[in-house]
Amino acid sequence: MLLIPCPWCGDRDETEFGYGGQAHVPYPEAPETLTDAEWAEYLFVRDNPEGPFTEQWVHTAGCRRWFTLVRDTTCNDILAVHRTGTTNPVHP
Amino acid sequence: MTETPANPHRLARGGRIDRSASLSFTFDGTRYHGHRGDTLASALLASGVRTVAPSIYRRRARGIVAAGVEEPNALVQLDGPCQEPMLPATTVELFDGLSARSLSGKGRLDPREDTALYDKKYVHCDVLVIGGGPAGLAAALAAGRSGARVILVDEQNELGGSLLSSRAERIDHAPASDWVASARDELTALPEVRLLTRATAVGVHDHGLVLVAERRTDHLGSTPLPGVSRQRLWHVRARQTVLATGAHERPLVFADNDRPGVMLAHAVRTYVNRYAVLPGRRAVVVTTNDSAYATAIDLVAAGVQVPVLVDARPEPPPALVAQVRAAGVEVRTGSAVVGTDGDPSLTAAWIAPLDRRGGAADATAVPCDLLAVSGGWNPVLHLFGQAQGTLRYDESLAAFVPERRPKGLVTAGAANGTCHLAGCLDEGTAAGTEAAARAGFTDDAPPARPRAQDAPPAPARALWTIPGGAGEPPTWHTHFVDLQRDATVADIHRAIGAGMRSVEHIKRYTTIGTGQDQGKTGAVVAIGAIAEALGVGSPGEVGTTTFRPPYTPVSFALLAGRDRGHLNDPVRVTPIHDWHVAHGAAFEDVGQWKRPWYYPRPDETMEAAVLRECRAAREAVAVMDASTLGKIDIQGPDAGEFLNRLYTNAFAKLKVGSCRYGVLCKADGMVFDDGVVMRLAPDRYLATTTTSGAAAVLEWMEMWLQTEWPDLRVHCTSVTEQWATVAVVGPKSRAVLAHLAPDLDLSAEAFAFMDFRETRLADGVPARIARVSFSGELAFEINVASWHGRAVWDAVMAAGAAYDITPYGTETMHVLRAEKGFIIVGQDTDGTVTPEDLGMGWVVSKRKEFVGKRSYRRPDTARPDRKHLVGLLPDDPTELLPEGAQLVADGVPTTTESGPVPMLGHVTSSYRSAVLGHTFALALVKDGRNRLGQSLQVPLVGRTVRATVTEPVFYDKEGTRRDG
Repeated sequence: MLLIPCPWCGDRDETEFGYGGQAHVPYPEAPETLTDAEWAEYLFVRDNPEGPFTEQWVHTAGCRRWFTLVRDTTCNDILAVHRTGTTNPVHP
Repeated sequence: MTETPANPHRLARGGRIDRSASLSFTFDGTRYHGHRGDTLASALLASGVRTVAPSIYRRRARGIVAAGVEEPNALVQLDGPCQEPMLPATTVELFDGLSARSLSGKGRLDPREDTALYDKKYVHCDVLVIGGGPAGLAAALAAGRSGARVILVDEQNELGGSLLSSRAERIDHAPASDWVASARDELTALPEVRLLTRATAVGVHDHGLVLVAERRTDHLGSTPLPGVSRQRLWHVRARQTVLATGAHERPLVFADNDRPGVMLAHAVRTYVNRYAVLPGRRAVVVTTNDSAYATAIDLVAAGVQVPVLVDARPEPPPALVAQVRAAGVEVRTGSAVVGTDGDPSLTAAWIAPLDRRGGAADATAVPCDLLAVSGGWNPVLHLFGQAQGTLRYDESLAAFVPERRPKGLVTAGAANGTCHLAGCLDEGTAAGTEAAARAGFTDDAPPARPRAQDAPPAPARALWTIPGGAGEPPTWHTHFVDLQRDATVADIHRAIGAGMRSVEHIKRYTTIGTGQDQGKTGAVVAIGAIAEALGVGSPGEVGTTTFRPPYTPVSFALLAGRDRGHLNDPVRVTPIHDWHVAHGAAFEDVGQWKRPWYYPRPDETMEAAVLRECRAAREAVAVMDASTLGKIDIQGPDAGEFLNRLYTNAFAKLKVGSCRYGVLCKADGMVFDDGVVMRLAPDRYLATTTTSGAAAVLEWMEMWLQTEWPDLRVHCTSVTEQWATVAVVGPKSRAVLAHLAPDLDLSAEAFAFMDFRETRLADGVPARIARVSFSGELAFEINVASWHGRAVWDAVMAAGAAYDITPYGTETMHVLRAEKGFIIVGQDTDGTVTPEDLGMGWVVSKRKEFVGKRSYRRPDTARPDRKHLVGLLPDDPTELLPEGAQLVADGVPTTTESGPVPMLGHVTSSYRSAVLGHTFALALVKDGRNRLGQSLQVPLVGRTVRATVTEPVFYDKEGTRRDG
């Protein structure tokens, strides 16, 4: 079970969190202008790296905040945590 | 029952047993005696018991092989109020009255409820030390002295590890046991150190989480102690972990190596020194390494005849050889055991020089009743492997040792491949110091590290299989590799002959390593045998299989802890719940909620009750507790814009005081949830969700607000439990409401459908009453603060008494809504269904943009022949189609012989209708709206029925009933 550093509440067990997949996949500005392939790319295609992966989590059973963290998918080391919309890592 | 009062194989003195406590126990129906401090295995050996249950498949006689968790043969079923299966006798501490039966590799789960308590603890520490042998104790001392919070766990009943089996070892110029005692005392006195014995670290998980299974009362008896947990699962979050898990001795693979009387050499030493038990009277020792020399010397010291020690190495260390010879033991070098005689227990070992393959011809028999074998040592790296540490094969040790260490984990002692005491102590001290330093603790005092004087052992000889008997390796059917799985060298060759090469494949083909012991003695031996059979240079090229938790078996009862029965999952009830219980409601679980399902009268069937409840709602008045619906309070100046972006239909211009039904779809355009939204104020909405979807909807709303639209000034709060909702339904509901809400003009003109009003009920309770209907009938939903819920329900029942108001449950609600073709998300949808598929294109705005709108232009979602929600009328009006039943086009053969049957869809909802007088169903059917009137086949078990496709609205298509 991961120990996830919520940027607002500190280290908590993974069971308190919900997973939100890859971070920084913004909803397209003008979906109607996209081709079917471009829209499908947004809907269905995500990175699946071996190594650092920036992903979204939500502290469901805590502060209910969404945030991003960088997790090494090979060992689950958490390399950085960010409050949503900020670029400076948080060290709670 | 026979009695055996004496322990004929017990030494007159010595051992770590309490001779003042004589314990009586039964094994396979015979009564024996032992002492406190014995294991079941040591007491059996002391009593002269040589054999346990025969092997699982080949029914060969077997005896005790080991002295710890690695035991492959001596599995027992422990009697008690709840029997415990598959325990190695070597790990069962003896208690008075113990009763056990020997198992042939398979136990039986006791069907009775386990009434013992199990619990959990969640703790954090700076340094967790796993293993309380010399390395672990040294590590705990070094880390503990730094002030770090240290937890030391050990699976045995007392600390000391391998030192518990020793005789002459000395630490700091004193007997090793003195040092163990002083280390224990010092650790006990350190305020930040916690010692856990009888505690096995069973799993290493992410981020320093280690699960430790502690057996708290098993040694006291099989009857649960009131108020005391039998076992405890510790969830330890450790910043650093020291693995001082020791090593397991490997057996040797030779013909008939499974006879009772063949034991691991170190286990023999353990029985002699720790338990004062002689597993035999005349012992032959066979080894590939230095360690078994101590066994030979200790056996001689205990009075056992040791005619010969056989060392596979041509030139063993002269000092060791001299020491053993001085004790009167002949040493044969460059030799090995090639076979055994027995009846079936061991009577002789056949010894032959090794360099001539197939050496049985030159073999000589040495009479003996004990064969102590050492095929080398395997560092115990199960936990290391679980933590994704990698291993490498070390040629000089003939063993797999740590290669790449996982973060936060250090190894020390025999787990590292370091087999001499001085090295274990040094490594333990270093590991404890390093782990504490990494956790931020350094000890300024000069290190007082324990010391021993022994030197590292000479290299071992890798000896994986030993020729003997007749034939070539593929025919070696008594060269056992995995005793518990009855797997032999011949089995490995058969797997390779079948095309297996990978150790993972051979493991699964032969089942080697898949027993209760998970191959603790057999797995690496098998790797060696595989390497030989494949003709590759080294076991390192074969590699190990994957290590997975748990290291030793744990019961589900322990994993569950206190989360059993009604504590398994939270139960949510509404403020009106007690009334439902008192009035005999049958309940249905919806998510974590208990919802009334129906209210049977005495002797009334469910079918009859539901028909009666439905009739009341359609013809008079009925009432339902709708408090479980999810409710989200959405506030802020941009709340309308926010809902406009999420719902498929528009909410920004909804009038204050009005409600609107809305559908939420994910970005892929598929229905996710639905519900009625009220506009309470220009900047405030109350959205209802499905009962089970509430949490997911709130989380999803927060995701959009926080990650996509942080500029929107909107806040969401769950208010599900703050409100109680009572739905009053039916043509007479207005009359009931007139009593309850005297201040309201309830006429259809003044209080229109999909409006809501704030008012005070007759008893003064503030209420929000909405004219929404999930049944098609005139209906009022009364929302009050939850603490008024029960009082309002009682008031509704009192006011409705004159109209014979009927309470109804979820089943009736389902029937009523299905008659109207109203969907239930999650029942009529499954995440692959769009509003258009449901015939609800009207709820999708053509004008505004919303999440997922673009998906409706995707070729697949725009296809006209997707599965549509339609109605189904069974040809037989009494036939209730099972929900989930598949639908097949007319004329398509559905026999097995005719091959795969193309499915058109399935039944999503199916009920008996009181108002229609027959059964009906909703279904998702491929191109369903173009099949209206078609007859479809519904294959059921053993028969096929027919049904006709209809529109999904069965009742009051014109909507004339909603205004009463």
